[in-house]
Amino acid sequence: MSDLPALLVVFPIFASIVVLLAGLARSRTGWPIAALASVVQVGMALVLGSRGFGDEPVRYVVGGFTAPYGIELVVDGLSATMVVLVAVVSLGVLGYARTAGPRSNPFYATYLLLVAGLTGMSVTGDVFNMYVFLEITGLAAYALVASGKGGRSALAALKYLLVGTFGASLFLLGIGYAYVATGTLNMNDLSAQLAAVGYTSPLVRVAFGLLVVGLFVKIAVFPLHTWQPAAYAGAPDTVSGLISALVSTVSAYALIRIVFSVFTVDFLAANPFARNVLMAGAAVSIVVGSLLAVSQSEIKRLLAYSSVSQFGLIIGAVAVANGTALTGAAIHLVGHAIMKGGLFLTAGLVASTTGARTVDEFEGLGEYLPVGAGSFCVLALAMVGVPPTIGFVGKWYIALGAVEAQAWPLAVVILSSTLLTLAYFARLIERMYFREPVATSSSVETAESKVAIDVATDGTGTPPSMGMWATVVAAAVLAVVLGAAAFEYGQLLEPTIEHLLT
Amino acid sequence: MIDALSVRLYYLVAFVLIGIGTYMMIDKGNLVKKVIGMNVFQSGIFLFFIVIAYVSGASPPLLTAPGPYVSPLPHVLILTAIVVGVSLTAVALGLIVRIYGEYSTLDTEIIREVSDDE
Repeated sequence: MSDLPALLVVFPIFASIVVLLAGLARSRTGWPIAALASVVQVGMALVLGSRGFGDEPVRYVVGGFTAPYGIELVVDGLSATMVVLVAVVSLGVLGYARTAGPRSNPFYATYLLLVAGLTGMSVTGDVFNMYVFLEITGLAAYALVASGKGGRSALAALKYLLVGTFGASLFLLGIGYAYVATGTLNMNDLSAQLAAVGYTSPLVRVAFGLLVVGLFVKIAVFPLHTWQPAAYAGAPDTVSGLISALVSTVSAYALIRIVFSVFTVDFLAANPFARNVLMAGAAVSIVVGSLLAVSQSEIKRLLAYSSVSQFGLIIGAVAVANGTALTGAAIHLVGHAIMKGGLFLTAGLVASTTGARTVDEFEGLGEYLPVGAGSFCVLALAMVGVPPTIGFVGKWYIALGAVEAQAWPLAVVILSSTLLTLAYFARLIERMYFREPVATSSSVETAESKVAIDVATDGTGTPPSMGMWATVVAAAVLAVVLGAAAFEYGQLLEPTIEHLLT
Repeated sequence: MIDALSVRLYYLVAFVLIGIGTYMMIDKGNLVKKVIGMNVFQSGIFLFFIVIAYVSGASPPLLTAPGPYVSPLPHVLILTAIVVGVSLTAVALGLIVRIYGEYSTLDTEIIREVSDDE
């Protein structure tokens, strides 16, 4: 079992090939195999994750080439969190995908490939290896977005591909600069060598800039978010749930890894400009993302812009760069994944039951779809940051960190982000509960005809199954329950954060 | 000035390629040209990596050849990156085929007019 870190990446790739081959013999065998693989993946992730929370990270050398020459896999508290999050969320979304579709075997093969890419990004300790996994994740995500029927999803996927490749290529160029400066690719070794070269060297500064901007594209920070609303809105509901929950999250984890494990806080201290740019990016992303979200009429686009704003908070925590803020970032990454994934799936559930895809169509939803409206409401309030949900704990830590660092402008923006989030979710909650459904009888009729249209156009409009309901309700329950566990998780994470900050 | 440039000619070419590629990805209305732009952009980066590996007067990294050697590591990295680039192009072209089947055009302006998504 000492090969567990490598197995965790290889296993989903292997399962993906099995799904593809099984599809040649019999179609529609994808779901059971993917579900079985995901259960095994969760088990392995939990075993490895529990080991990652020690005082020292778990290190694994791939293929017997010792670090810094070979590729090293490193599992500390943060990567353990990501690994478990990826495994659990992908299993949960599978529960939703069973009836919501898409059902083809190639879809599930790509699905598992995405899990492999994300897990790889989380455990790798080598920057070039991270680039490769970034591209695997990207390729799988482009293909998944395109798995919806119709030109819209293909167009969204192509846009995502062009912008995403641009970001990943900048990341690669940044690796080139760092390699020129140091001659190494191992993260641990890089941090020592970069310090030896000097943090004010132009090579090191350019490397930092390229790596960070490349990841900003992948995280979808304003103004580099342009791919994201189209991709989330154009993808099938299952895929937008999965991608919104995991892809940006793991990219943000990669940013934390690059900034703190490779460049370290000393780099930020030596280059106040870099820190100011991060802060400015965070503040602009929070404010403009929220404003754009308020002006949307389509639910999925609203949720997409909300992500732009929430990831601003994470960037803010990176810029603040103290223990409290980073703990908050880790908690908010997990919380955002569950809340946003849950919201997208709930929106998909509502759409497949009633056909409501715009803000106006949510009017009176509380009456004729109480469970769906209830879950949406709980998740939305958690996103706003109402205690005792996990959304509250994450934002609380980040805001506290900003105050501790005396970064007052950022602290103000972070606190006001709660109000901004409320601004766009309040519209929805008000429509769901305090407005009469527009002429109930006719709306049911149009709902049914819309379901029919949905089935015809994107194939996702099947009546909801138990699995779909269970996933949505589980996300809402988790958003509340994890809030209680988050403080203890923060303490568990302490050795990891200390490691990151020294 | 000319001397300084001639020594760094390959770096210059690499960044000119990156610039041209970026320009094509942003400016061209035709989707296939955008993908070509992406390829040019990536070629610039590949060239950059190959140039940094070069050591003047060195031989290929074969044990039978006399030293000093050029650095083999960037070559290996770029081999991987080329594979990634090929898969990206394949996926992009696959998507373009689907878009053409749907809209019967590759012009982004016309597609934007036809679909009222944005």
